[in-house]
Amino acid sequence: MVSRNTLTTAGGAVLMLAALAACAPADENAAAAPSASASGNNCPPGALQTKTAGKLTIGTDNPVYEPWFSDNKPSNGKGFESAVAYQVAQRLGYSAENVTWVSVTFNNAIAPGPKSFDFDINEFSITDDRKKAVDFSSPYYLVRQTVITTKGSKIAGATSIADLQTAKLGAQVGTTSYQAITDVIKPSTKPSVFNNNDDAKAALVNGTVDGIVVDLPTAFYMTAAELKNGMIVGQLPQVGVPEQFGLLLDKGSALTGCVSTAVDQLRNDGTLQVLEKTWLAQTGGAPELQ
Amino acid sequence: MTPEVHHPSDIQLGRIAYRRGKAIRSVLAAALSTAVVGTLLVVLITGAPGWERVKQSFFNAATAREYLPSILEGLWLNIRLFVACAAGALLLGLIASVLRTLRGPVFFPVRALATIYTYSFRGLPLIITIYLFAFGIPGLRLQGTPNVTVLGGAAITITYGSYIAEVLRAGIESVHPSQMAAARSLGLSYRQSMRFVVLPQAVRRAAPALLNDVVSMQKDVGLISLAGPIDAIRAAQIATAEALNYTPYVVAGVLFVLFALPLIGITDFVTLRAARRQNAGT
Repeated sequence: MVSRNTLTTAGGAVLMLAALAACAPADENAAAAPSASASGNNCPPGALQTKTAGKLTIGTDNPVYEPWFSDNKPSNGKGFESAVAYQVAQRLGYSAENVTWVSVTFNNAIAPGPKSFDFDINEFSITDDRKKAVDFSSPYYLVRQTVITTKGSKIAGATSIADLQTAKLGAQVGTTSYQAITDVIKPSTKPSVFNNNDDAKAALVNGTVDGIVVDLPTAFYMTAAELKNGMIVGQLPQVGVPEQFGLLLDKGSALTGCVSTAVDQLRNDGTLQVLEKTWLAQTGGAPELQ
Repeated sequence: MTPEVHHPSDIQLGRIAYRRGKAIRSVLAAALSTAVVGTLLVVLITGAPGWERVKQSFFNAATAREYLPSILEGLWLNIRLFVACAAGALLLGLIASVLRTLRGPVFFPVRALATIYTYSFRGLPLIITIYLFAFGIPGLRLQGTPNVTVLGGAAITITYGSYIAEVLRAGIESVHPSQMAAARSLGLSYRQSMRFVVLPQAVRRAAPALLNDVVSMQKDVGLISLAGPIDAIRAAQIATAEALNYTPYVVAGVLFVLFALPLIGITDFVTLRAARRQNAGT
């Protein structure tokens, strides 16, 4: 953990310095990394090179959904991503009243081109392809695998991983979800494997499997929008190489380093973990299974 | 009395020596040309610029050893399913073909049903049939619905039954009508003549084509994995995703060939024997 954080901090510093047209070799940047914090000279609190001086403009889609946001109002500070956004703003030296929200569709945000926000938060997975068009902060969320089922199934009341071991579970082939079944749950019945999540969902509805494993965002979407009587059993401990969500910034933005540093601080002092527990596990209804 | 020993004439001995010389020469020629072609292939493949990479990602011994047990476990499902489906499909095909060849206006509905069956299930892609059976039937939520493996197996059986029905019907219709007429004139009933005269000849004639369908089925039973069970190819797919290496697919492919070899051998043998018998005396 420590070494990775140091690396991301250093990486953020490299990006930032590059944006500021500094051409020092990477070694010196690594040495300078600790001083490049949000409170350092490069990130003056409340006085960054934002779109509107003294204000922080944050983008997200409209509409936005639970449990990432609440009541389709990003500005209410409720929901995981809204809470993360306000925490980051605070670290950057912007109080809640200095934060303005702007609505940007998901596809516009990841496309190259001028941006109307300082950073955007909208469940963006960090991928190499997207990095060619936009900047990402260090990740504020590592996607967890989640067991979902239908109300009344035999694992509907499961509260621990041990409760799932007698269940017939399914997942999409070649995914971390399948790995979560075989490596974490280790059920006594052989899991079913499907070509895609739609087949897995059909099997769940038919009752040929007791539950399926999908990633958490998909779990929220499926149980809220796609499945009648769908419910989340709970999140599984981290397994494999998880997908990462990052804040999105304009390519070469002067803020990328500062925002990354702020996210790293939130992770290191445990704030992100608390927000995850509050908004995803408790309010979102996806308890963490042990 | 000394027994008379056959002494071939000098001319005969000369003939034998000549033939032996010819045989040795042709064996040598075959060996030489095989060696040349083999060497060329090896040089061409191993000399290709990407060979090292291909070897690493398709023929990795360590990966093969690691995932062999899970693929074998999947293959065991293929084998069991194949035996059950092949038996079911042959039976179903036999029934459908006999029904389709029934004579007489009274049997029109039976003939029509058998015809509709063979037409529709030969046309319907197997994948869709499996989807309909394995995802549609459990959706009805009926009591005592069998598990998806049985339902998927039923889909394979019904699809292949329709092919086999047509092969057998062609066999039945290839038996000359005089055979049936002769059997009936000897006092055998329609059923008896079918059972003792027509079908044995029909099956014998259709055997190569039938076995061909069965060999093809051996591979298609793996499509059951659409419904969730893990067969050999699915196990290989999972292994490939885990190892980021295609060797498990090659392992599964080799296992499938080994699994098919006996049947392919039998098919060749049966075909040859049938040809020999039919040409006997000519």
